[in-house]
Amino acid sequence: MRSDCRVTLTLRERDGIDLRLDSRVESLYGDSIRALAYDVLHFFGMTQAEVLIEDSGALPYTIAARIETAVKRLFPQESRKYLLPFREGICSPGISDRFRRSRLYLPGNDPKLAINAGLHAPDGVILDLEDSVSPAEKDAARILVRNTLREVDFCGAERMVRINQLPLGHEDLAAVIPQHVHLILLPKVETAGQVREVEYHVDSLCAAAGIDAPVFLMPIIESAKGTMHAYDIATASESVVALAIGLEDYTADIGAERTNDGKESLWMRGAVLNAARAAGVQAIDTVFPDVDDMEGLLASVREAKSMGFDGKGCIHPRQIDVVHRGFAPEEHEIERAKRIVLAFDAAERQGLGVVALGSKMIDAPVVKRAQRTIDLALQSGMLDEHWKENADEG
Amino acid sequence: MKDNFVRNAAGREVLTEINGLDATPFMGVGRYRPEGRKTAPPLASCADYPADGNKVVADLKTALENAGLRDGMTISTHHHFRNGDLVANMLFDIAADMGVRDLRWFPSASFPCHAPLIRHLDDGVIHHIEGSMNGPLGDYASAGRMRGLGVLRSHGGRYQAIQDGEVHIDIAVIAAPTSDPFGNCNGVSGPSACGGLGFALADSQYADRVIVVTDNLVPFPCVPWQIMGNHVDSVVVIDSIGDPAKIVSGTTNITRSPDRLLIAERTARFVEAAGILRDGFSFQAGAGGTSLAFAVFLRDMMRAGGIKARFVRGGSTQYLVDMLEEGLTDYILDGQTFDLAGVRSMRENPQHIHTNPFVSYNYHNKGNISSMVDVVVLGATEVDVHFNANVVTHSDGRLLHGIGGWQNCLFSKCTILPIPGFRDRIPVIVDRVTTLCGPGELIDVIVTERGIAINPLRQDLIERTRNSGLPIRPIEEIKHEVESLCGGSPATPRFRDNAIAAVKWVDGTVLDIVRQLE
Repeated sequence: MRSDCRVTLTLRERDGIDLRLDSRVESLYGDSIRALAYDVLHFFGMTQAEVLIEDSGALPYTIAARIETAVKRLFPQESRKYLLPFREGICSPGISDRFRRSRLYLPGNDPKLAINAGLHAPDGVILDLEDSVSPAEKDAARILVRNTLREVDFCGAERMVRINQLPLGHEDLAAVIPQHVHLILLPKVETAGQVREVEYHVDSLCAAAGIDAPVFLMPIIESAKGTMHAYDIATASESVVALAIGLEDYTADIGAERTNDGKESLWMRGAVLNAARAAGVQAIDTVFPDVDDMEGLLASVREAKSMGFDGKGCIHPRQIDVVHRGFAPEEHEIERAKRIVLAFDAAERQGLGVVALGSKMIDAPVVKRAQRTIDLALQSGMLDEHWKENADEG
Repeated sequence: MKDNFVRNAAGREVLTEINGLDATPFMGVGRYRPEGRKTAPPLASCADYPADGNKVVADLKTALENAGLRDGMTISTHHHFRNGDLVANMLFDIAADMGVRDLRWFPSASFPCHAPLIRHLDDGVIHHIEGSMNGPLGDYASAGRMRGLGVLRSHGGRYQAIQDGEVHIDIAVIAAPTSDPFGNCNGVSGPSACGGLGFALADSQYADRVIVVTDNLVPFPCVPWQIMGNHVDSVVVIDSIGDPAKIVSGTTNITRSPDRLLIAERTARFVEAAGILRDGFSFQAGAGGTSLAFAVFLRDMMRAGGIKARFVRGGSTQYLVDMLEEGLTDYILDGQTFDLAGVRSMRENPQHIHTNPFVSYNYHNKGNISSMVDVVVLGATEVDVHFNANVVTHSDGRLLHGIGGWQNCLFSKCTILPIPGFRDRIPVIVDRVTTLCGPGELIDVIVTERGIAINPLRQDLIERTRNSGLPIRPIEEIKHEVESLCGGSPATPRFRDNAIAAVKWVDGTVLDIVRQLE
């Protein structure tokens, strides 16, 4: 229970709040914890209660979340939210076609991993309310994730939340949408209707909270049926920016065993990838489950890249760098992309409608892909931002 | 008591008298120049010792009686068995049986396995401890329950204190994994093998009486003789001197914490960017998880760049042994051995050299190994914005660690502290360290998960790493960020006026004191 705290709240007849704190940081932050606890309890109008806080170094936003959870478990109708100030500068508007090479899963009810997650520089962080949270703790996780989104700086990573399937997911959305989430992951999607239902809720919550910034959707395909409907799912809403894949459920669904070489899911991955491309959205591969096997991970990322995938899930921060290396363009890809982009620039300057490289015609998707390769090379530090000037000189 | 406090050169209020002896306040790094001659043990005559070389006596009680154990003496032990030591507890149980009181225990370090000695502190057999205290003994001292003042010295400072007579050892009890009847002994073989015995060297040379206790007696000669039998009065054989599983670990593992790995990797990249990583260089990294991870990242860089070290300093572990055997370093200069691979290597590999605080750290030497090391990577509980560091107390003021070789290692050409910005909620970068153990002028770089801070005194390092792409930031900025996450700056722990321990600098002067907690 490191970096967390347990709050036990008991109502009593007598007036007043009897607060007991057992904290490993008592001498450094004891007074500050007590002040916060009284503030939260007063906010919820608690006047007759015994409170025990067993703290192992939780940060203030975690302590506040745990007290709020304890209050709401006694008063399920309580709908007010105890919100600490939104930390400045931690959230810039989302970008629909940004790189999503790595997305780091963080168990939603565990505060310990979130605080430094952004320092490992993933393209996205996923605060997970679904499979990593036990049914009994969904309420606690929802409040903690809400507070996390207001407090923690993920250093420019895309702020994602994986919600539960509807109808449970309604409450998840209500908690997180007002906190400037960039993207919602929808688990176990099988139909376009499910996406549209989430979109509807997201739109109304955004309107209610006065949020103009887009909230993107990333449906996860994890079943045979979902795979058959992948294109419909990808095109169900303008907000869908990517399709992701979940293989544990999928292999169980088709009656196969998940293997390392993955023959059993090859068709499915190809089908989802194709659907994503047809819909003009990104295709994100599944996670690599063995956190100790970095060579296996790199091989898996290279395979995903060679199939056309844009990203991979990460379950440990150390996987992020390997995933980025795996998706980094090869030298010859960069060289080819540079020639294509330069040829396109030249054609534009000359007002030509057709781009040619040597004797070969270059189509628009190829130019777009080449520009993406250049962007990736820039982001991976493999190309200088002034490369065009240097190319002209050369 | 208040009258005895003076402000030393580091701005710390310290005592001028410790356990009845005059003490010199810290005067600044390299300022103190004591005069006089080294101390010496009494003259012995070989005519008093058996000509056949057999000094084995019946038991430890007999040996202690022969050594003239009496009230008020100073008894020393070493800590090469770490948390697996059985001898110190046995020693003081015997002293209690003999009715002896008011002993000063002078270990090179104490461990949680020594918690039973609290009984002998309470019943008066032990007056006080001078040596690192952690775990239950640290809590005991922190609570102000020990009669005398704890004195915390570095490994080098312990040698210095013995050599210049600040601490006179009446009886040294040296637990030895293998010994011959003459008292030649080593730590590389036997069921309780621990590697070297370097921490007991000064004790063997300067104590009035020296007792070797072993559970593995071999016929003369016991080679190598890390401790020479010529210093030894008697040899005692007992069933078991230590718990092998707690002396060395079977394997040492690098940290799995992603944040510590990030810090370790950045540290290695800094060393490379600063131009320190070059053929023939040297480094020292401890056996803590982050330090080990640093060594592994550095190893990978050395492989990739075809770079070979001239020597690495242990605490040796499997990782350093692998580097030696792979040819990535010519030598391991090893002060203590942390795992079985280290013990085997020291026993079998002539390039794995056994060192001691005399060759590495002693202030009264004509130079030391520690200042020849290119880069050293160390831990700390706190660092302040002037790069002063603490290793002996928690931020809440409780005694935590001994100083070990930490102060001595600060003299390397580049000292790097890879530390988290905060542990749970406790900020590690602070305005003022709770206890000063290392003056900031000797600490060059702090590497945290939130950025790297370089001491402004090291403009050369700042210059060399300017375009490295590493996240180099002012230390105040990192501190501010951490405090903002932790919910403001922490309260200061409340102390009473009275001191419970003194922190010595490597030259024997008083750098700081630890006060009793409210």
